[in-house]
Amino acid sequence: MRVTFTVNGRKQEADDVWEGESLLYVLRERMGLPGSKNACEQGECGSCTVRLDGVPVCSCLVAAGQVEGREVVTVEGLADFAKQRAEKSGCASGACGTSLQEAQQWQSKPADSQTGENTDLSPIQQAFIDAGAVQCGFCTPGLLVAADELLERNDSPSDADIREALSGNLCRCTGYEKILDAVRLAAARGENQTAGQGA
Amino acid sequence: MAGATRTPTNLTQGGKTDAGIGASTLRPDGTLKVTGEFAYSSDMWHEDMLWGFTLRSTTAHAEIVSIDTSEALKTSGVYAVLTYDDLPTDVKNYGLEIQDTPVLAHGKVRHHGEPVALVAADHPETARRAAAKIKIEYRELPVITDEASALAEDAILVHEGRDDHHIGHVPHPNIVHRQPIIRGNADEAAKKADVIVSGEYVFGMQDQAFLGPESGLAVPGEDGGVDLYVATQWLHSDLKQIAPVLGLPEEKVRMTLSGVGGAFGGREDISMQIHACLLALRTNKPVKIVYNRFESFFGHVHRHPAKLWYEHGATKDGKLTHMKCRIVLDGGAYASASPAVVGNASSLSVGPYVVDDVEIEAIALYSNNPPCGAMRGFGAVQACFAYEAQMDKLAKKLGLDPVAFRQLNAMEQGTIMPTGQPVDSPAPVAELLRRIKAMPLPPEQQWLAAGEGADVRALPGGLSNTTHGEGVVRGIGYAVGIKNVGFSEGFDDYSTARVRMEVIGGVPVATVHTAMAEVGQGGITVHAQIARTELGVEQVTIHPADTQVGSAGSTSASRQTYMTGGAVKNTCEAVREKVLERGRVKFGTYHPAWATAELLLEGGKVVTDGGEVLADIADVLEGEAVDLELEFRHRPTEPFDLKTGQGFGHVQYSFAAHRAVVEVDTELGLVKVIELAVAQDVGKALNPLSVVGQIQGGTTQGLGVAVMEEIIVDPKTAKVRNPSFTDYLIPTILDTPTIPVDVLELADPNAPYGLRGLGEAPTLSSTPAVLAAIRNATGLELNKTPVRPEHLTGT
Amino acid sequence: MDFLRPASWEEALAAKAEHPTAVPIAGGTDVMVEINFDHRRPEYLLDLNRIGDLSEWEVGEKTVRLGASVPYTKIMENLRREIPGLALASHTVASPQIRNRGGVGGNLGCASPAGDAHPALLASGCEVEVESAARGVRMIPIDEFYLGVKRNALEPDELIRSVVLPKADGPQQFSKVGTRNAMVIAVCAFGIALHPETRTVRTGIGSAAPTPIRAKEAEEFLAAALDEGGFWESGAPIPPSVAKQFAQLASGACNPIDDVRGSAKYRRHAVGIMARRTLGWTWESYRGNERSAQCA
Repeated sequence: MRVTFTVNGRKQEADDVWEGESLLYVLRERMGLPGSKNACEQGECGSCTVRLDGVPVCSCLVAAGQVEGREVVTVEGLADFAKQRAEKSGCASGACGTSLQEAQQWQSKPADSQTGENTDLSPIQQAFIDAGAVQCGFCTPGLLVAADELLERNDSPSDADIREALSGNLCRCTGYEKILDAVRLAAARGENQTAGQGA
Repeated sequence: MAGATRTPTNLTQGGKTDAGIGASTLRPDGTLKVTGEFAYSSDMWHEDMLWGFTLRSTTAHAEIVSIDTSEALKTSGVYAVLTYDDLPTDVKNYGLEIQDTPVLAHGKVRHHGEPVALVAADHPETARRAAAKIKIEYRELPVITDEASALAEDAILVHEGRDDHHIGHVPHPNIVHRQPIIRGNADEAAKKADVIVSGEYVFGMQDQAFLGPESGLAVPGEDGGVDLYVATQWLHSDLKQIAPVLGLPEEKVRMTLSGVGGAFGGREDISMQIHACLLALRTNKPVKIVYNRFESFFGHVHRHPAKLWYEHGATKDGKLTHMKCRIVLDGGAYASASPAVVGNASSLSVGPYVVDDVEIEAIALYSNNPPCGAMRGFGAVQACFAYEAQMDKLAKKLGLDPVAFRQLNAMEQGTIMPTGQPVDSPAPVAELLRRIKAMPLPPEQQWLAAGEGADVRALPGGLSNTTHGEGVVRGIGYAVGIKNVGFSEGFDDYSTARVRMEVIGGVPVATVHTAMAEVGQGGITVHAQIARTELGVEQVTIHPADTQVGSAGSTSASRQTYMTGGAVKNTCEAVREKVLERGRVKFGTYHPAWATAELLLEGGKVVTDGGEVLADIADVLEGEAVDLELEFRHRPTEPFDLKTGQGFGHVQYSFAAHRAVVEVDTELGLVKVIELAVAQDVGKALNPLSVVGQIQGGTTQGLGVAVMEEIIVDPKTAKVRNPSFTDYLIPTILDTPTIPVDVLELADPNAPYGLRGLGEAPTLSSTPAVLAAIRNATGLELNKTPVRPEHLTGT
Repeated sequence: MDFLRPASWEEALAAKAEHPTAVPIAGGTDVMVEINFDHRRPEYLLDLNRIGDLSEWEVGEKTVRLGASVPYTKIMENLRREIPGLALASHTVASPQIRNRGGVGGNLGCASPAGDAHPALLASGCEVEVESAARGVRMIPIDEFYLGVKRNALEPDELIRSVVLPKADGPQQFSKVGTRNAMVIAVCAFGIALHPETRTVRTGIGSAAPTPIRAKEAEEFLAAALDEGGFWESGAPIPPSVAKQFAQLASGACNPIDDVRGSAKYRRHAVGIMARRTLGWTWESYRGNERSAQCA
């Protein structure tokens, strides 16, 4: 079957999709977006988390055909997504909420270079690097999407809030301490920037 | 072969990140990993590629009567179906140490999930449907699942006609390897004991549960060779096992490390590597294989489950008199790393304590259980669980504080190991214990801190809302462990680093090229730091790891910072000498310091040890690069004597201690770990941020096996009952406590920068500390890990 | 495999009538696992995502009509007051990502004894609204819905449209044992609802019998004890002996098996503990309300 939907602000189309394929497979193998990860394919690890019409979901458990006409944001589009959210809401951290309409209007910018160091990152992506929350990195894309959405809803989460929001994302390398640090860091930077703007 | 591909790239770091060793510089691959662009093995992609699929045995032990692939071959979209009969050469087995593992089953399957046939097709679903059409007729055989069935009089031999180098000294062909260690006279020493405690301990089968499943891409080359992109722990070990099966010279099997989604020992053995190459060479098309989570549980070896019998004696003033133990490790159907696991378990079975009179025996069985091999702390983990339980039992019986009792018997520099090997660098066991005990305890009843009612997220049971404080009791436990670093027992353990220094755009740049598997540990971060420290450059490029450079050895045994870090340092030093030589030739006449002073490379310049600048590196090098590839070895070791276990077997030791604070819902048998404090000596922290990350991660894997992780094998059928993330549980962020880390840096004079391999030690003592805390809370004996609610509630 | 995408409820019913073997897929959190792991290859997948009604709920005077696809996240966020038992149960379902997709329709459709919603649904005394193109709407009382292991009272041409739950007239609780503190399948679970208006108590037990069940003897015992002792009026603490007996009867209602998640013996034991604790929590809450009502 043919499936058409919007990924990171761009219309994408896939042909000859087998009806049993997941959104995850279509993203990774048909659309050149392997950032969402295939760690368990049973909804028990969160590595494939994407936003589907703004809602964080396991893309491995969404049938490709169910995405027809809908909006998907993956880790590849997270930096632009956060940036445009921040610009629209006047909120520097981007942690100030996004309406579905805003999410749908959003368009990603062309991808940056491969080597990375001067790439534009969202606050949560930068915080993950700075806090040492990335080791093997396989859980990272899913955690970033989940953590970004947490901060969008709640710009100063308690530790228990962070733990609950990220309890669907397994990490095997870090013991989660640095991941907590990263979310705290992104939240704190968001507050500082907002405070700075207000003053 | 031309065509669009996605494969690994260089990683360049500089500008924002410019610090050398000792600083918490950030990962060179960090940006790619947070943007989703980092190319993991399952992300490999090639235009026109096929998908490989592995058909696995549905039974644990059976003769294969027949295999019929005809229907599968007729399936539209299928390009190849391979069985044992299609293997191209006489080499049909592989293995790390003993080549006992069939590439595809031949005549017999020895464990549940053993590969029997391969399919390549244009879509994974096509491959699966075709595989389902392969008809295999099995004749079931009785299963060997434990020591009794392995050594029974009428036991079937798991491997007939063994001719490996262990068969001569094992008492039965269903024993892979046996290592006794006898020192002093345990029976005689036991007479001095005022108290004797003994126990039988059971350690469950743990899975590495790395998140990136086994996967890779094989691309046939125009020269008849193959390019293989894969996630592994040791490229050159894979290469040595792959090439002979394919009938290719090693230089025609070009391996490149793709992104690795965690390893923890589970990628030391071959998984899909040979299969993908066979299919690619047969079809002359690129072939990608990606296991799903179910298959991953069958696609790699696990941690050896173990039964351990221990007897310790002590005088009434708390001095250990003797220790006897017997450790039975279940290696499953194939040898994998079983011999090394036996070596570690036996030689470290006393723990970090002084005991002069010991009688030790460790064996690994062949059985029809899933194959077991390397996992973080291999061999030492199982022993630590048992000896630390014994320490608590002894302390209790003697009426001594468990920490004070351990400190009283703690080994130190100069202690003689049971193997006769002296501990010749710092061994701050008592100090580590002192530090964790001195850390402040977490506040009581944190679930009430929120004010309004109980916050279930801080209670045992968590979000499941099982208690609001009812039945909850706190407990505290301590443990300490010892792990060897690097490959032991006479293995020629080395690593290779190629370093190129050149001037690009007027700036000196170093390129580090090794075959080290970066599996997440941060080895490449450290390589860039070492290059900056030794060569005075800012910009460092990390070349993708591949087999175009010499072996780096395995990313295991806590060895890579020591070994490949050491190799990078060693090569950088040689490159620096070359640069200085050129400088002397070019500029020596302009300044006497070129001949007389100790010279360094710093900030892109040649400087004297007094800080005087002699030249820009750019001017010394001009257009000419310095490019060297050198090997680095740690000091030699020797095998343990097969009768007495004596020998200078280990390179270095690593020590960590934990204090666990738990809260147990004693009625429901649910556990919440509140805090796991760690103190560890790392010799020298090359990157403190990464050091802490390793310690916290290792600690959490130890927590997992303490309270939830176990592969459950049916003892009647030897079939795995929980091969999924629904039923094999690893800790979530709500199961993992705060993990305060206290890092000691007591230099080991034998090691590069004085560093101590650190990745495994925190996995050892974490588990027994949690168990000790649960025992402390409940008063139960608890001799098995993981602890299940049934054990805590007597149900 | 064919992928059917009805745009309306009527189209969905027609499709199900035409293809009774079609497997409905909404949140996908069960069906997709089975497809990914090659446990199931349905001839037709019937996508219900395009039917907006299924993701909506209506709060009426006496009842809440909950669309089959309302995600658990919405239930726990929006219906905590009206249907607290199910809201609590929703909070224990898998992970945030799964709670964002899954709804009670999936739990009912699969009818796995481990589904987290079942004990709360049983305790609430709800009805399941099912419909077929041929015979129209049928309301199935929850007590008659579960027929066997993964078998329910649906006819092959029927689809689940909603669940109609009585609005809570008293405190409700839900508790579930798993061997992990989040994202875990139930080893066993227990739901309880006090119904002061009818002076009854209803319960639900998950993962401790071939189907989700009620602990009817325990309910009857407790209702009688509360009635006879005048507890509904007095709001006095429930004597430990009554709580203990209630727990034992709940435990006795179980007919569990040994499996990789837990032993039968443990399940019986744990259901008893959860029954006692959740009774305590609900009763404390009821007493609190009583007391504050008296004060006012």
